[in-house]
Amino acid sequence: MIELAAIVVDSLVYASWLFIVSIGLTLIFGVMNVLNVAHGSLYALGAYTAAWAVGMYVNGAPDAGFELLAIMLVAAVVVGIVVGLLIERGVLRWVYGRDEIVIVLATYAVFLVLEDVMKLIFGPESYIAFQPRFLFGTVSVAGIPYVGYDLLLVPVVALIGLGIWGAIHRTRPGKLLIAVIHDREIAAALGINVTRFFTVTFLCGAMLGALGGALSAPLISVVPGIGVELIVLAFAVVVIGGLGSVEGAAVGALLVGLGRTAAVFFRPELELFVVFVVMTLVLAVRPEGLFGKPKARRI
Amino acid sequence: MTLLRSVRLTTVGITVATVVLLALWPLLPAWAAHTVAVSLGGGLVVLGLLILIRFGLVSFGQGLFFAIGGYAAALANQFLGITDMLVMSVAGIASAGAVAWALGYIVRGHRGIFFAMLNLAFSMILFGILAKTVVLGSTDGFSVGVPTLLGFAPDPEAGRLTFVLFGFIVISTAVVAWWVDRMLASPIGYAGQGVRENELRLRYLGVSARGAVHIAYIAAAKLAALGGVFTVLLIGHVTPEDTAYWTKSGEFVFVAILGGSGNVAAPFIAQAVFELVRTFALQYAPDAWQMLLGITLLLVILFLPGGLWSLADRLRGRDA
Repeated sequence: MIELAAIVVDSLVYASWLFIVSIGLTLIFGVMNVLNVAHGSLYALGAYTAAWAVGMYVNGAPDAGFELLAIMLVAAVVVGIVVGLLIERGVLRWVYGRDEIVIVLATYAVFLVLEDVMKLIFGPESYIAFQPRFLFGTVSVAGIPYVGYDLLLVPVVALIGLGIWGAIHRTRPGKLLIAVIHDREIAAALGINVTRFFTVTFLCGAMLGALGGALSAPLISVVPGIGVELIVLAFAVVVIGGLGSVEGAAVGALLVGLGRTAAVFFRPELELFVVFVVMTLVLAVRPEGLFGKPKARRI
Repeated sequence: MTLLRSVRLTTVGITVATVVLLALWPLLPAWAAHTVAVSLGGGLVVLGLLILIRFGLVSFGQGLFFAIGGYAAALANQFLGITDMLVMSVAGIASAGAVAWALGYIVRGHRGIFFAMLNLAFSMILFGILAKTVVLGSTDGFSVGVPTLLGFAPDPEAGRLTFVLFGFIVISTAVVAWWVDRMLASPIGYAGQGVRENELRLRYLGVSARGAVHIAYIAAAKLAALGGVFTVLLIGHVTPEDTAYWTKSGEFVFVAILGGSGNVAAPFIAQAVFELVRTFALQYAPDAWQMLLGITLLLVILFLPGGLWSLADRLRGRDA
């Protein structure tokens, strides 16, 4: 029984983390049809910036409190927006309209560049920002003590997810965005500034990637290579739910979260295997994902 | 003269390149010979990607078959005591061919991003299995001894890259490249163009687009496996991280884009450029190596969509 409770809680925490680190990827794909490999770098940048900012602040104020969270998140979001703007204006703008695989390769190129930029800025050593994680003490669930920060991720991420969903489906810009998603040309003909929607969407996606990284910084040790690992995992999550679907990303995160946690509990050697088997099955049977809608054939 | 005219220019080029490389062996310093051989091995994988690109498909998981080839050779060596490079190559090609035949039934209906992602998922599954299975060497992988050829064992003092291995790699690569060139000029190759340009029209003509994709997929897999066998024979070691992980597959796609899909020689030229630049970059600017790759990839995408090979066409005054 206690094992079951542990699996459920662990899965939820892990799924929340998966959702927040992959939602930016699916958002960008859904609107722009861009599979952004550089999302992994934005995540890593967010994590590095957050860890660095926390480290700097704690040096001056050893008994820092909740302001740490704000510093961590704001720093990462600012970096995410700036780098996102650079990528969109500097690179993507030139390849819009090319084949979708070419666009993937362009973001892959950005990913390669950013990997080394981060190494040059932050060096090869690891950054650790554990302080924010212990701000919320420990909470006991079914007799098992959990770190409060981890548990808090669940409602916070759920709120962020709901916020994104609401912004798309319940606001005027969101409705215009749906029009852009359905048909760019018609949307443009109706007077919607499609280019601006693209820029703003990319910035939001980049910001969410960096935010995901910042929220992860207290949970992990920030070292070179975290973006490389993250991006394949995020691919799995968003592909399972359906590329471009916010609800899908949530379901994908829950499935991967549950699968991987169960594997860790029962057959740890299958941990990575499980994730990609689920991804393969979904892709093989329903390439558009569990929540994606099949596209009408255009001749 | 009519006989000469019916021979393809590419065939002549392959023959000349083979003879030149074999004749250069006594003159090449060890590092250069190694670079040539490694470029041919990697180039084979990229040649497989070239076939797929001709079909309008890009695989982000070609490391899967590269790994299958490498592991088939390493496992045959480790558990069956096989040291013959020919047997290892056949083992690699056969295992990859079998796996690709089975997986082909799933991937042949997929196009574009879904094709790329499905292959990525396959390769990551294999990575997950290899990295966590102790019998398969887990993350450490295997070492492979110096290979022999048809009972001929090279002098153990001579190091890993002997003339036997070098000649074997050069000649097999030449044969395979010639075969791929013929394949691309055959009905199946033209079917590939149809898949890329307009699959629906191809099907109206009564050609099975899925069948053609399946054949191309298996061919690309076998090429990747042979490249994997060669690489393992040259490096003497195989690990999951260096074969099946997605970064390796991404590297192959990079080289494929760098070379372009204009000619079967393009992958080998691009792979050689890649290996040379890597050798020097790792020495002089180890922290900027990936940045260099990324910037090059961007420049090629923006200014040279046909890859390095299209430079040759431009020089000859043709439109790429």
